[in-house]
Amino acid sequence: MTGPEPLIELNDVGRTYDDDRAALSGLTLRVARGEALAVLGPSGSGKSTLLNLLAGLDRPTTGEVTVDGLRVDRLNETASATYRRSRIGMVFQFFNLLDDLTVTDNVLLPAQLAGMPRARAAARAAELLERLGVARHARVHPGRLSGGERQRVAVARALMNRPPLLLADEPTGALDTASGADVRDLLRELNAEGQTIVLVTHDLALAEACATRTIELVDGRVARDVLAVSR
Amino acid sequence: MSGGALGRVVRAGVGRRRTQTAVMVLTTLLSVASAVLAVGLLVASGAPFDRAFSQQRGAHLTVRFAGSADSAGAWPAATAQAPGVAAAAGPFALVSVRLRTDGTATPPGFEPPPLTVVGRASAAGAVDAVTLVEGRWAQAAGEVVLERGSRPPGAEVGTRLTAGSVVLTVVGIAGSAGESADAWVVPAQLTALAGERPTAFQMLYRFTAADTRAEVEAGRGAIVAAAPAGAVVGARSYLDVRETAQENTAAFVPFVTAFALLGLAMSVLVIGIVVSGAVGAATRRIGILKALGFTPFQVGRAYVAQALIPGSAGVLLGVALGNVLAVPLMAEVAETYGTTAVLIPLWVDVVVPAAALAVVAGAAFGPALRAARMPTAAVLRLGESAAGGGGLRIRGLLGRLPLPRPVTLGLAAPFARPARAASTAAAVAFGALAVTFAVGLGSTLVAVKTDGDPDKGGDVTVRTVARPDDPAPGRPGAEDGGPGVPLPGKPADPAAVAAAIAALPGTASVYRTAGTQVEVAGLKGGAPLVAYEGSTAGSPHTMVSGRWFAAVGEAVAPTRFLRATGVRVGDTVTLSEQGRTVRVRIVGEVFDLGGDGMTLRSDTASVAALRPPYMPADFAVTVAPGTDPADYAERLDAAVSPLGAEAAVTEAGKSSVIRAMQALIVMLTLMLVVVACLGVLNTVVLDTRDRVRDLGVYKALGMTPRQTVVQVLTSVGTIGLVAGAVGVPLGVALHRQVMPAMGRAVGTTIPSADIDVYGAPLLALLATAGVVIATAGALLPAGWAAGAATARALRAE
Repeated sequence: MTGPEPLIELNDVGRTYDDDRAALSGLTLRVARGEALAVLGPSGSGKSTLLNLLAGLDRPTTGEVTVDGLRVDRLNETASATYRRSRIGMVFQFFNLLDDLTVTDNVLLPAQLAGMPRARAAARAAELLERLGVARHARVHPGRLSGGERQRVAVARALMNRPPLLLADEPTGALDTASGADVRDLLRELNAEGQTIVLVTHDLALAEACATRTIELVDGRVARDVLAVSR
Repeated sequence: MSGGALGRVVRAGVGRRRTQTAVMVLTTLLSVASAVLAVGLLVASGAPFDRAFSQQRGAHLTVRFAGSADSAGAWPAATAQAPGVAAAAGPFALVSVRLRTDGTATPPGFEPPPLTVVGRASAAGAVDAVTLVEGRWAQAAGEVVLERGSRPPGAEVGTRLTAGSVVLTVVGIAGSAGESADAWVVPAQLTALAGERPTAFQMLYRFTAADTRAEVEAGRGAIVAAAPAGAVVGARSYLDVRETAQENTAAFVPFVTAFALLGLAMSVLVIGIVVSGAVGAATRRIGILKALGFTPFQVGRAYVAQALIPGSAGVLLGVALGNVLAVPLMAEVAETYGTTAVLIPLWVDVVVPAAALAVVAGAAFGPALRAARMPTAAVLRLGESAAGGGGLRIRGLLGRLPLPRPVTLGLAAPFARPARAASTAAAVAFGALAVTFAVGLGSTLVAVKTDGDPDKGGDVTVRTVARPDDPAPGRPGAEDGGPGVPLPGKPADPAAVAAAIAALPGTASVYRTAGTQVEVAGLKGGAPLVAYEGSTAGSPHTMVSGRWFAAVGEAVAPTRFLRATGVRVGDTVTLSEQGRTVRVRIVGEVFDLGGDGMTLRSDTASVAALRPPYMPADFAVTVAPGTDPADYAERLDAAVSPLGAEAAVTEAGKSSVIRAMQALIVMLTLMLVVVACLGVLNTVVLDTRDRVRDLGVYKALGMTPRQTVVQVLTSVGTIGLVAGAVGVPLGVALHRQVMPAMGRAVGTTIPSADIDVYGAPLLALLATAGVVIATAGALLPAGWAAGAATARALRAE
């Protein structure tokens, strides 16, 4: 199912909330470097919980979460933050760009938090904006961009610190069809270049187009795990 | 929409906003407590005097005229027709004599002060209807009635008093609120009592207007004009009597009032911030309420009610605290008037809270009405969006500063919501102002305590007590007094004590003081006189104006003496004792809080002609450099004990009033600072709530908890820095206004050196007060922001 060098390893992971509702239960999963994993499932199946565990925004009640050799479930708050800034890039359904910062400042933020030298950060941001086709908007605020453009800026920001893992949470959920296709193509390109991606979505078409492998969660467990034949 | 629905909305609003509710309770509590205290003190401290003065129709002005009342003719009565005079009583003949009790009641070496004895047939009258407290009025020669505040030691009804060869029996104790006399006898007795002494008489006046010094002074001028030239030798205003009677409590009023006003301003501000914040944070909720059918008026009323619930709780607690704080201060008032418990008047406990609640409602009404009037759809849209805030250009520029990103984000944050930042800055500025004001007050009070006591001179003080080998006959313990038991007798021989001091190694310099009471024209009961002998260069005196006496014939006097006698620096004062008089020129106004602020100070040679009956002398010894005062005092005590004196290291004066003031200042300041901190806390909580999505994004991008805390603290630190820069100068200015007012309240002038207490290092330290208050208030919510669960916020639009 997975290659010899997994980037992500989940062993018997469970996550139960205060109301005894189990969001995840006994989940074991391995994701190889370079894979694009699509996580499908109905609302409440545990998709978002899985993403939060991988991002270090939440901790499992039971089991182990390892990403890039790091036991994420054992990290304290500061180590979690350091982990996110160096090994994770996140893309959200509603972009989560900071409206009061320009496009460039949004993209620069992860590098600045990590203490990257200014010149190097600026060069990297310019390179990403150029690559993602939003360089002409570098000095404007995100509120003036279209949905697709905002998501491209969000992807640029997620890739700023060259993270080994890109987490995408319904990245086309708030976009029109054309913008959605645009983002879909972008994710596919990134994966083709070797970027490992975990993609949480309801959109079967997006999963089919981008993912090299798809799992379906039902009631916190993997109900289906399918390798893509082609995309 | 039913009232029940509105009530549930209000209760839910109060319950959901615990931080804001707590802040409102505390701010109203503080302001009401200090306001109740200030107004209560102002009213209650003067109440017993005012009541007694009004009941007795006390004299607004007691005027002493030279000469005999009998030979004056009709002009004294004619002065009652002077412009502004509403009523008059007199003329009453008077004389100043020392009344001695029999030997057993008088301490060794004690010389009773001269008393103003007035010849008066009846306690009743159109002016100064004296109240008999005990016994009856004098009806025949040989009887005397004593004013309760002027009783010689041990004197009570039935006691026999002597003045030369005249023997008087005390038949009554009476109270004169205006202190027109120390004792009264029948007019026929006065002639015998006067003997060869110069006689005078008094007239008592009430004026149509006498609320201010200017009005009383105008009445005085009219009487002086109506009397023959030179006839008036002295006059005393009831305002001086009132001031002396309530000086301890009156001193509290200016600074407690300042704190009350600060508290009130802070209440308006913080409640405004809190309610605006509550309304701002609940914009969507308001939209939903309106969509459900709440009218704008109901929405406005709901938010005013949400402010009034915690406001009412704070007001009730504040009234209780204000009354509790007033208890020790009111005890001072009660002691002054010899009455039982003096309480803060009930109307103060009603009017102050009512006014505070009106302020709370007013502060809440504006933002509530604004929200209520917004179109429903607009409110709903506003509530759903996460606004980026304003000031984008300046925030962008700040983001380019070569500083860590969390710092630049923090620096930029206040510009996102400038109105909220300005309100928070104002709250912090009030806190910095309060701290600066309190530090200044404390420093000045310490300086005043030190400088206002000229009697605490030298390193070592020697007091003459009594010679053990010369007991007074008939005194308890005279026969069986053993070693270690202080024996009554004659005072120690000052010359022998002086010789002992001079002979002791380690003595650098010494001066001697002796106190007595002398008659001063126009002053009932005269004034204390302290006569100095020896070099007074080292004596601890602070001059308000003029200089210390330096030649024979010169004297210095404190502010109240000058005001009570109408004397100015440069004028000459006549002092008399047993018919002997001496004139001294006042060359300086000395800062002196002792002796009711009436003590004259001069050189022994200047007043030698009076041959005053000095009290036991004190010696102030300055030790030579390198000499340990404690060791010196021990050696000196051993040397002077056999002579009937005792030596001890000079101790700084202690004042329970100043200690009470300092405690109150610390408490009120802490309360204001806590409120300022809570204002900051509330703002940061609101900001955190508003920016929960942004904080989530930062966290997702790798911002550590420490970086989050740095960002939040930087944002409020900037506000604190600005607030400190505004609050500290205002605190200094307030201190400069309040201290002279406190001085005036106790009838003195505080030297400018004691008011100028803010040195550059202290100001530099105080400048950080704003930052400290702001960061202290933000620490807790910064921690909450750093630890907030933000995963859900990242998934919401």
